Amino acid sequence: MSVVKEGWELVVGLEVHCELATNTKMFCGCANSFDTEPNTNICPVCLGLPGSLPVINQTAVEYAIRIGSALNCTVVPSTFHRKNYFYPDMTKDYQVSQYDQPINVDGYLDLPNGTRIGIERAHMEEDAGKSSHKGGSGRIAGADYSLVDYNRAGVPLVEIVSRPDIRSSEDARIYASELRAILIATGASDGKMEEGSMRVDANVSVRRYGAELGTRAEVKNVNSLRSLQRAIEYEAARQIDLLEAGGKIVQETRHWSEADGRTSSMRSKEEANDYRYFTEPDLVPMSPMPEWVASIAAALVPMPAARRILLSEATGGVLAPSSDPVVTVVDQGLDGLVLAAIAKGAPARSAINRAANELGAAEASVISALNIDSFAAVLVMEADGKLTATQAKQVLAEVLASGGDPVAIAKARGFEAMESGAAEGLVDQLIVAHPTEFRRLKDGDPKIAGFFVGAAMKLSGGKADGKAITALLRTAAGL
Amino acid sequence: MSSSSAAGVAGPTGNVGISLPPGHRDTASVIAADVRSGARSAVDVLAEHFARIDASEIDVHAFNHVMRAEAQVAAIEVDAAVAAGRDPGVLAGVPLALKDNMCTKGIPTTCSSKILQGWEPPYNATVVDRLAVAGALFVGKCNLDEFAMGSSTENSAFGPTRNPHDFTKVPGGSSGGSAAAVAAGYAAVSLGSDTGGSIRQPASLCGLVGVKPTYGLVSRFGLIAFASSLDQIGPFSHTVADAALLLEAISGHDPMDSTSYNAPAPLLQAAVADGVANGVAGLRVGIVTELAGEGMSADVLARLEVAAQRLRDAGATVGQISVPSTKFGLSAYYLIAPAECSSNLARYDGVRYGLRIKGESAANLQDMMSASRAAGFGPEVKRRIMLGTYALSAGYYDAYYGQAQKIRTLIIQDFAQAYSQFDVLLTPTSPTTAFSFGDKTADPMTMYFNDVATIPSNLSGDPALSVPCGVGDDGMPIGVQLLGPALSEATLLKAAAVIEKGNWS
Repeated sequence: MSVVKEGWELVVGLEVHCELATNTKMFCGCANSFDTEPNTNICPVCLGLPGSLPVINQTAVEYAIRIGSALNCTVVPSTFHRKNYFYPDMTKDYQVSQYDQPINVDGYLDLPNGTRIGIERAHMEEDAGKSSHKGGSGRIAGADYSLVDYNRAGVPLVEIVSRPDIRSSEDARIYASELRAILIATGASDGKMEEGSMRVDANVSVRRYGAELGTRAEVKNVNSLRSLQRAIEYEAARQIDLLEAGGKIVQETRHWSEADGRTSSMRSKEEANDYRYFTEPDLVPMSPMPEWVASIAAALVPMPAARRILLSEATGGVLAPSSDPVVTVVDQGLDGLVLAAIAKGAPARSAINRAANELGAAEASVISALNIDSFAAVLVMEADGKLTATQAKQVLAEVLASGGDPVAIAKARGFEAMESGAAEGLVDQLIVAHPTEFRRLKDGDPKIAGFFVGAAMKLSGGKADGKAITALLRTAAGL
Repeated sequence: MSSSSAAGVAGPTGNVGISLPPGHRDTASVIAADVRSGARSAVDVLAEHFARIDASEIDVHAFNHVMRAEAQVAAIEVDAAVAAGRDPGVLAGVPLALKDNMCTKGIPTTCSSKILQGWEPPYNATVVDRLAVAGALFVGKCNLDEFAMGSSTENSAFGPTRNPHDFTKVPGGSSGGSAAAVAAGYAAVSLGSDTGGSIRQPASLCGLVGVKPTYGLVSRFGLIAFASSLDQIGPFSHTVADAALLLEAISGHDPMDSTSYNAPAPLLQAAVADGVANGVAGLRVGIVTELAGEGMSADVLARLEVAAQRLRDAGATVGQISVPSTKFGLSAYYLIAPAECSSNLARYDGVRYGLRIKGESAANLQDMMSASRAAGFGPEVKRRIMLGTYALSAGYYDAYYGQAQKIRTLIIQDFAQAYSQFDVLLTPTSPTTAFSFGDKTADPMTMYFNDVATIPSNLSGDPALSVPCGVGDDGMPIGVQLLGPALSEATLLKAAAVIEKGNWS
């Protein structure tokens, strides 16, 4: 499974920035909504005008605590620092961030496959404005001019820094995906990578098994889960090739190009800014009251890991929490629907499988319009043998597409599963009609069962239950 | 230094100073009482002050910007309120000058720097809004050392301010324009800001009362930052009673400033009246030995003793106290203040407002920022930005900024210890009377030493004030400084009233 060359180990740590879904910005009352006319959600504070001062948004702190609690962090007294560097989209030419005293420390995130990834910290900071460089390559060097939209300036962010515990590009993708699901579950962020409200940077290094940690490169501009995996794979291969050729890795920031499928150097450690961090004197230290922190943690809805366990338990453990359908159902937020269907008598395993396979790809609006009774009814009909698996899928598709009563839909389509007596008659007919094939079945040719199921379907006009036909044939063949 | 060349021995009119009438007492308290009762109109009061501005501002240069039309409108509104029987506010009709580092909506606010060229704030500082509601009349924006960095106003990009008592002398700084405006009778009271003594030292040099309140007592919202953890707005006035009146009006919690005390404004005027009437029986006064000897001129030390005697006469006990860490205050201050300023002044980059250098020397972003900052900032501001940038740099932080913060903690502890033995501390405000233009510009360290007695209370966050206590051998004013623990403004003003009372008798 590993795409890393034999003998080498990949070491990845992820830094994930997520924008908090507060109504207002981090330090002022401007609307936190940058999908509006440029430079309309601005005021002296988020523009960093001379004389303006920041005031902490309490809801942003609450959301940060939600995230920390969901990631099993300890919420500790914290301070804000200034991170100093010159850039036109930074209105004050410093960013207010947290440095050596972040609000959330020492947590972890368990991947669905059981791997535990340490969370070093999840700290608060403000976002910068958004630059658009016009002319040239679209990057600042060589641009004719640049425009800046400060609607995003001062939007509250939480940066979640993992420990370098990730050992494969796939785990990196799963981590980001799981983290995204957690963020959404907390209600603190919408986790939309495509809109930039969740941004992932990857610290990538490689080493020979058992060796010390290698020098890392930070890969930026990764805009989807898929490109995260690709970028890490590319970067690991680049580093291994370089090391095997006798070269050395330099600590640097590298830019991922989705179009080229490669990373390129942005700036080396020597070129990196000295941020001259110091305590932000315009803000006072934060020391959230333990009762408040506890009440925020207590109000959290169950996180994906707990929800997967709940689904698995509903199947009596037949489907493991890490099994694909369980992971998919929770990922897609369908677990509530599935549990409701189970409560209405639907068998747990088929509810999970049908939800993962038939509902997983549907639009959110379609899912929210789905009548749980109808979903449960289809599954019950299938369990009772009134619908074959194929028929159940078709009925479910129509219920999804246009609503309606599953019984009526099944009836209209003529889906009435055959009586078992009729199935036996059908099998007798088939044996007589295809003696050569029946001989091969008796001799143990595994492929021939499919031939009989197909033939049974043809004869019955699709009403035959493939499983029942196979079972009857095997009995007849003495298998 | 080119900045001192504008000031000669005498002003453009040939005058050598302004003589206000003996016993000049056109104070804010008297004006407000008169205007509120209808005895005088705000329009008349304003006209008297503008007549003095018209007569001598060309010599003094207290203002960067005179707000004649705005003040006139405000005066008419105050008179209309009085006529209509509405409350015109506690500062009704009081002409008031603002240091030009406080934001005034639609009025140029320059910090006496070229870098803010053309910028007009879209909002008012909290203190400005509060004073407008109180009925004050803003007569203008006062000159200062660029971004409040200096002790003489010689660092202003627009030329220095002259001391109204003697045009050959500096008014002190950085709030030199605010001090001169009151001393020259252009305004009854004014606001300055004090980061290391920038209210108290010019108050001493111009013969005024000047208060640096407890950090957090007065909102900093709209005060253009020099060093955020040290900056505090405070009043200049002729009398202690006026200082109490003005400080009450601007104090109190501001939700826009996270470092603002969440408590109502203290009652200060009553404390002053109590001091005048009843003295300060039982008050324990400590003279800080480290600040009452070396480096202080003889006439200043003589006036310090006079102040101590007046307090004794009013019932206080006066002792000596050593506060050893004060001698490190200057060094700590000149690391912490520049460090914060290097960050606070980063935003002046030519991108969004103020001066932007264009053309060949500014062909790309980096060069435009560098060229704009090089052209927009004066030498002292550049010196402090470089000092501060260095002090915060990787590899130097611990040795400089980190060490300075430890000294700051030490000073806080030392003062807390001193206040367990004494209610207030007494020191000179400034080592000398007002000095001549150019005297201290050649060596920055000589200039920095002016602040030796005032800096500790900025580092500790505690309140301090300067109150006039006679004149020196040169006939120029001398002030003494009273320091107290956090939120002890009432006690300080009460003691100051006792010292002031001696000036009148």
